[in-house]
Amino acid sequence: MIKKLTLSALVALGLGTTGALAAGGEAHVEDFDFSFEGPFGAYDVNQLQRGLQIYTEICSACHGLKFVPIRTLADDGGPSMPEDQVREYAKQFEVFDPELDDFREATPVDHFPASSLDNAPDLSLMAKKRAGFHGPYGLGINQFFKGIGGPEYIASLLTGYEEAPDCAPEDFPGSYNKVFASGGIPDSCRDEEGHSTVTGSWIAMAPPLAGDDVEFADGHEADVHHEAMDVAAFLMWTAEPKMMARKQAGFAGVIFLTLLAVLLYLTNKRLWASVKYKRED
Amino acid sequence: MSGIPHDHYEPKSGAEKWLARRLPVVGLLYDTLMIPTPKNLNWMWIWGIVLTFCLALQIVTGIVLVMHYTPHVDLAFSSVEHIMRDVNGGYMLRYLHANGASLFFVAVYAHIFRGLYYGSYKAPREITWIIGMLIYLLMMATGFMGYVLPWGQMSFWGATVITGLFGAIPFVGESLQTFLLGGPAVDNATLNRFFSLHYLLPFVIAGLVIVHIWAFHSTGNNNPTGVEVRRGSKEEAQKDTLPFWPYFVIKDLFALAVILAVFFAIVGFMPNYLGHPDNYIEANPLATPAHIVPEWYFLPFYAILRAFTSDVWVVQIASFVTGGIIDAKFFGVLAMFGAIAVMALVPWLDTSSVRSGRYRPMFKWWFALLVIDFFALMWLGAMPAEEPYASFSLIASAYWFAYFLVILPLLGVIEKPLPQPATIEEDFDAHYAPKAGGSKAAAKPAQ
Repeated sequence: MIKKLTLSALVALGLGTTGALAAGGEAHVEDFDFSFEGPFGAYDVNQLQRGLQIYTEICSACHGLKFVPIRTLADDGGPSMPEDQVREYAKQFEVFDPELDDFREATPVDHFPASSLDNAPDLSLMAKKRAGFHGPYGLGINQFFKGIGGPEYIASLLTGYEEAPDCAPEDFPGSYNKVFASGGIPDSCRDEEGHSTVTGSWIAMAPPLAGDDVEFADGHEADVHHEAMDVAAFLMWTAEPKMMARKQAGFAGVIFLTLLAVLLYLTNKRLWASVKYKRED
Repeated sequence: MSGIPHDHYEPKSGAEKWLARRLPVVGLLYDTLMIPTPKNLNWMWIWGIVLTFCLALQIVTGIVLVMHYTPHVDLAFSSVEHIMRDVNGGYMLRYLHANGASLFFVAVYAHIFRGLYYGSYKAPREITWIIGMLIYLLMMATGFMGYVLPWGQMSFWGATVITGLFGAIPFVGESLQTFLLGGPAVDNATLNRFFSLHYLLPFVIAGLVIVHIWAFHSTGNNNPTGVEVRRGSKEEAQKDTLPFWPYFVIKDLFALAVILAVFFAIVGFMPNYLGHPDNYIEANPLATPAHIVPEWYFLPFYAILRAFTSDVWVVQIASFVTGGIIDAKFFGVLAMFGAIAVMALVPWLDTSSVRSGRYRPMFKWWFALLVIDFFALMWLGAMPAEEPYASFSLIASAYWFAYFLVILPLLGVIEKPLPQPATIEEDFDAHYAPKAGGSKAAAKPAQ
């Protein structure tokens, strides 16, 4: 353990070998347009509710949302569900209650259950931990107008399943996904230097969406593309549930400070007028 | 307390006289606020106020965040999520605090480079400069430990790498690292002591800030000409200066409002822009991130740390001469701390008798190159440790040391400075010529 830590520290310091880091393949993330991008962007309540439905009926079989309290489904700036619906919704989950020393039906004050599969990551913060598609390069203009890029990654991943390239053996474990960069790649898909010759890699998760997996109450289209966008939007909300309030605070702050700056500018000008260009007596 | 002659506070009413005899606090505040300040200060003299504001912002938001944070390896990450989701306005507090650290460093770098250009470090302001450098070091320590507290992947691995630096010191390194970590590896003991120190150090910084202000109030401010305020009489001093209140307070507050408007746009619309996405992954000692990158404000020095690899001839010579005691890793650590040390020693490395860069024709260009060098190092620090970045890092690191150790000492000898104005008043009137008849067109040169 200590040896491993020291070794990684050395690698991090750039004193060890550098080639080992470049093991993963290239990946391709697509730029989706979401309603919540940019300073004026807002969550689409219907989309969040559709995303919740997909999460509940499909994702939650393996994945969890352990940081998200169920009651927040009723919050403004989120899926905004009526409170009685949230109470009904909570009942489908079983949570362990240390006071009862037993499992019981969940209530809105409980959190969503954690992942039920060991290798299925928790999705609460997925949109923030896979951010980076829209920067941090440059001056941040791109990120300012298009958001952090995490939902783009999620939607791209969900639509990124393709038939495995010819170089791979049929029995290679996992499913080929052109967006997933940190999975396994068969040796037959690497060149002599060990670099991957394919985009993406093999992911343990089988394609979760096939189209028409759910039936939306609002009659919205349920092809893979729309389902992927809806669940990605929902996961952006689970990662950043206070985004709407934050943007409002941002506007209030910027407008207030701009006005204050104008007033201080005029005060400053007036104050210094008697010192600059002073009249000679 | 200022050496510049000016009016002092005179207690008038009975109550004021009563208080002044027992505790001259009003007089102290009056003298501090009314300090004669060179009237030609430009817009690079606003960063002090911004820095003071940042310190206050960080302490206030930090104290409230502590009320909801849990310093334990199993709970720290979820307590931060608790702040983001359940605490009223908690997301705002945390984003203000996290981005406040970045604003703090933007301001401190602008402040430091202002000082380097206008020679604010030169006699008699060496103590002000040294205390400033101490504050800067403490800021870096505080910023680093604060980044560890959310206990994400970058927190954990950043802590592992940085404390590993101390492990590179020969003979005592390993014991020192264990002492810093409170154990053989980054764990709960580390998180607890970092939390404790992260809370303590800002108050040490606040104390040093008071000494910093005290020091430059004793010497008087530097100014863009580097020419000292005339101190022969109060009347003479008044021609060069204006009281800090209201002239500079209003000017600085205007600048602060503009800067904060930009700051609020970042906090409101892209609060995660300056953070690493990996820090939203809970710390996992068994999974090393592909690239361990420090926060942007450490990048220039991180680049210097990584630049000196074992194939660089300077490192090989050092290793040979010391019989292997100074290996590449230790050399890198020495270079990183050395890069800050040479900056702290600049009052004695700069041999020029002229204070302000404005009147130093050759210095100007070398200084501009230093600023470019600083940004280049910042960029290189974020790049992976491979070619061509490694060679660029080495060149950029070499220039950093060359500037302080070779160029500055030599320039003072070979450079022929331009004529400086005799007084601050002359410089000021050259910009804002006094009006003879009330119109700008009739402006006459200063008399």
